[in-house]
Amino acid sequence: MNLLDINYMLELVPILLRYLPLTLGMAAAGMVLALMLSAGLAVIRVLRIPGLNAATMLFISFFRGTPLLVQLFLFYYGLPQVMSFLTTIDGITATIMGLTLHFSAYMAESIRAAIVGVDRSQTEAALSIGMTNGQLMRRIVLPQATRVAVPTLMNYFIDMIKATSLAFTLGVTELMGATQKEASGSFMYFESFVVVACIYWAIVELLAWFQRRLENRFNEAYRR
Amino acid sequence: MIRVEKLVKRFGDSVILDGIDLEIAQGEIIVVIGPSGTGKSTLLRCLNFLERPDSGRLKLGDLDLDVAAVNAKDMLAARRRTAFVFQNYALFANKTALENIAEGLIVVNRWPKKKAYARALEILERIGLASKANAYPASLSGGQQQRVGIGRAMAAKADIILFDEPTSSLDPEWVEEVLGLMKQLAAERQTMLVVTHEMSFARDVADRVIFMEGGRIVEQGPPSQLFNAPRDPRTQNFLRKVLATSSSGSISANNDALSVSE
Ligand SMILES: Nc1ncnc2c1ncn2[C@@H]1O[C@H](COP(=O)(O)OP(=O)(O)OP(=O)(O)O)[C@@H](O)[C@H]1O
Ligand SMILES: [Mg+2]
Repeated sequence: MNLLDINYMLELVPILLRYLPLTLGMAAAGMVLALMLSAGLAVIRVLRIPGLNAATMLFISFFRGTPLLVQLFLFYYGLPQVMSFLTTIDGITATIMGLTLHFSAYMAESIRAAIVGVDRSQTEAALSIGMTNGQLMRRIVLPQATRVAVPTLMNYFIDMIKATSLAFTLGVTELMGATQKEASGSFMYFESFVVVACIYWAIVELLAWFQRRLENRFNEAYRR
Repeated sequence: MIRVEKLVKRFGDSVILDGIDLEIAQGEIIVVIGPSGTGKSTLLRCLNFLERPDSGRLKLGDLDLDVAAVNAKDMLAARRRTAFVFQNYALFANKTALENIAEGLIVVNRWPKKKAYARALEILERIGLASKANAYPASLSGGQQQRVGIGRAMAAKADIILFDEPTSSLDPEWVEEVLGLMKQLAAERQTMLVVTHEMSFARDVADRVIFMEGGRIVEQGPPSQLFNAPRDPRTQNFLRKVLATSSSGSISANNDALSVSE
């Protein structure tokens, strides 16, 4: 067995890093959209808004119950066939859409659990002094729910970054797609995939470090 | 003045408040006693609209409500006129003692922050917790938390403060400081309606004691009359049980203590 070609690997790093912005961009866009969607879904679930609640449960069940890859193929290959105005959909859009819908289903449940987990007596106390439901949510419930939900949501963001690698199956040249191309040119598959694995790993570790700091700060605030 | 007329509350098929009539004068201190499950908490919660009463009238100063036809705006108005002190304190965990007291002033009364904090600090001084202004509830003792809970109710400048067993979940060592603060408020003629098992507090502080059973007011009167010469057999029976378990007529009764004598 040959030793690793270290020189090739070092040369590959800057080439692959050029695709990092696309990978992180898709994850960031997916996360922002998923946060908005999941917060909406969570509120529908918490308030049990008639009609919408059932639809939300169906949505969550479907997007948690089917593989992300299937969902991506459904949007990329399937949607243009049934929606005539979408003659094509580009891979990046389909990926962001898939990530948003898939992860918002999971995140909605985490956010809902965090909201429900806020001690009910505080809700009553806020109402008893004449706060409206909106004020109660904004000032008492959501700040405390956020503290509980943020670590979990960070985990989903990390998962989402890794899941962007599926975009290469839709022909998007992001980090994984670029690695695939480089490797099939040089035939150095092992080196190439070690490099890309290390890049994902480094990003995830960086975020995990940030996450720990964030959690410490959140907990700090309740201990004086 | 506060007037409750024919207040009825049901949970499902069971009638929990069976037509409560009650008039409370400004500055009056009323203690409500009665067996467990009798509707004492429900009465307080209905006055604050934490529970929605089914029928009756509720008059709070110039606010006169048919409770069956109350809209969201009336409900908020009624809540602002009735402050609540909870058995388990129910402080906002994400806010300091100072912020807990100022919260309603800022959010509900729309005071500027500076003014609200100045007022909250005044209240903290009155309840003897100025040094804990920046402490979060988690770092306060039960007694301190409940005093902040009372401070939060004081800040509302409501027509009445409703206390639902304010000392029942306290360790015995903290009970006196909370009762002391309540006595201080009573001496300032703060209108209050207190559900408690602290019979000595009722005897010493109340202008009127109300005995409730089965969702009704069975008997009421000044403490001397109600404790020394109760007229209704149900009141006599209840008091016999309660007072039997305590030596000096003061009772830190919880339900265990009550059931021992049965
Ligand atoms: N949300 C609710 N749903 C259904 N039943 C309820 C609810 N709240 C209270 N009840 C019932 O109403 C009755 C009166 O309850 P309430 O809490 O007012 O009694 P209480 O006099 O305060 O008793 P305690 O001394 O134990 O606090 C009880 O039988 C209770 O089970
Ligand atoms: Mg009760």
